[in-house]
Amino acid sequence: MAKLRLLNGKLIDIIISRLSKQLIENHGEFSDSVILGLQPKGIFLAERIKSRLLELSGVELPIGYIDTTFYRDDFRRRDSPLTPNSTNVPFIIEEKKVILIDDVLYTGRSVRAAISAMLAFGRPSKVELLTLIDRKYSRDLPIEANYVGKTVNTIQSQRVIVELVEQGFEEDNIWLVNQVK
Amino acid sequence: MADLSVKHLLGIKNLTEQDLQTIFETADQFKAVINRSIKKVPSLRDITIANVFFENSTRTRLSFELAEKRLSADVINFSSASSSVKKGETLLDTVKNILSMKVDMVVMRHSSPGAPHFLAKHIDANIVNAGDGTHEHPTQALLDTYSIREKHGEVGGKKVVIIGDISHSRVALSNIFALQKLGAEVMICGPVTLLPKYISDLGVKVELDVRKALEWCDVANILRIQLERQKTKNFPSLREYSLYYGVNKKMLNALDKEITIMHPGPINRGIEITSDVADSEHSIILDQVENGVAIRMAVLFLLAQKR
Repeated sequence: MAKLRLLNGKLIDIIISRLSKQLIENHGEFSDSVILGLQPKGIFLAERIKSRLLELSGVELPIGYIDTTFYRDDFRRRDSPLTPNSTNVPFIIEEKKVILIDDVLYTGRSVRAAISAMLAFGRPSKVELLTLIDRKYSRDLPIEANYVGKTVNTIQSQRVIVELVEQGFEEDNIWLVNQVK
Repeated sequence: MADLSVKHLLGIKNLTEQDLQTIFETADQFKAVINRSIKKVPSLRDITIANVFFENSTRTRLSFELAEKRLSADVINFSSASSSVKKGETLLDTVKNILSMKVDMVVMRHSSPGAPHFLAKHIDANIVNAGDGTHEHPTQALLDTYSIREKHGEVGGKKVVIIGDISHSRVALSNIFALQKLGAEVMICGPVTLLPKYISDLGVKVELDVRKALEWCDVANILRIQLERQKTKNFPSLREYSLYYGVNKKMLNALDKEITIMHPGPINRGIEITSDVADSEHSIILDQVENGVAIRMAVLFLLAQKR
């Protein structure tokens, strides 16, 4: 099984800083802005962005976690069963500028489900998407990210594996793996 | 992985402890959903569910219907009182006719023990047993144990007494199975005529004195006297039953600890439980009803994944 390292911990850290600065550029004072991390791994990146923004601009953004399980359109069409995680949005989304954060953007179906899930908490004034890895040319839906860590060209048989220290790994790594069928 | 070991929910007896935990963890998420301002998720929008009730029900039928609607399933309701069952149609024919209308899941209550098991052998839809005679009522036991877990943190190690008409109660049997699988100690208490003869073979303690039972337990689940199922007279009068087995505030005050009071409903106030106990701060009777919707959403969601 061929395994290619896309990003290591140091590069991820640099990218988090760059993405945070792009957010500062676009959101200015961050009045009415909130962060929503997608379960399961987007929440870790969302926490990292939140603390980096605090370091860089002194603003502490409200953060929530959103789980898409009950909103997915591939429920019952998958080989493996879906396991729900907790959704925790401790604020009203009404009229807020939402920054959705996920680890990998692939078909766009998770993001579509996340937008549906988010709308149960109110009508945001604007929604943006931030992703660490953008798998180009593999979208099933017309969804694109506003902030991208790294763009990679992949084929369907490949998988992107995200390992973060928050999950219990010794160091951050993102791999591209060729699956052997 | 959130996956059940069964395709139908026929009873607690054939579930594993892992199944129970999976249902509880899924129900936790649905409980959060039904406490939001928008209480609906689109998970089962391509599923049609038939609620087939051959026996009366208020709470269970409403709770299932609400759970189904909050999962965005299409729902049809059927009750035997207003159907062709009265014209002599068999159970299998009735359900096969309903299934020809492309129904994916059947929630059924029937007065004959084993009716859902019979159905599960003959049809393709997922069956959820909503009570079969005096046999099992699995979703009630799930919501009861879930409510104990919510109140006490866990079910394992807790002492639970089930008081009342054990012989005619499907709630009692399902509760015994669920509590034991989760590691709780179970006692049953009631007049000797309302206790099944060999019940202690299930590994439960048997107590005839309700005061001793209350002293022993952490949780008391009080059942209704099911007069409609009793073919012979099992005790002299309701007044006498109430005198010896009715739980009242005085009994609870005499204990040197606080115990949790549960009741699956419908309550006969003044018979098995007095109003001041049913409405006291130790009672979680209405929490049980709320949790019932979350538990049923979890069961339907998990079974739909098995299709």
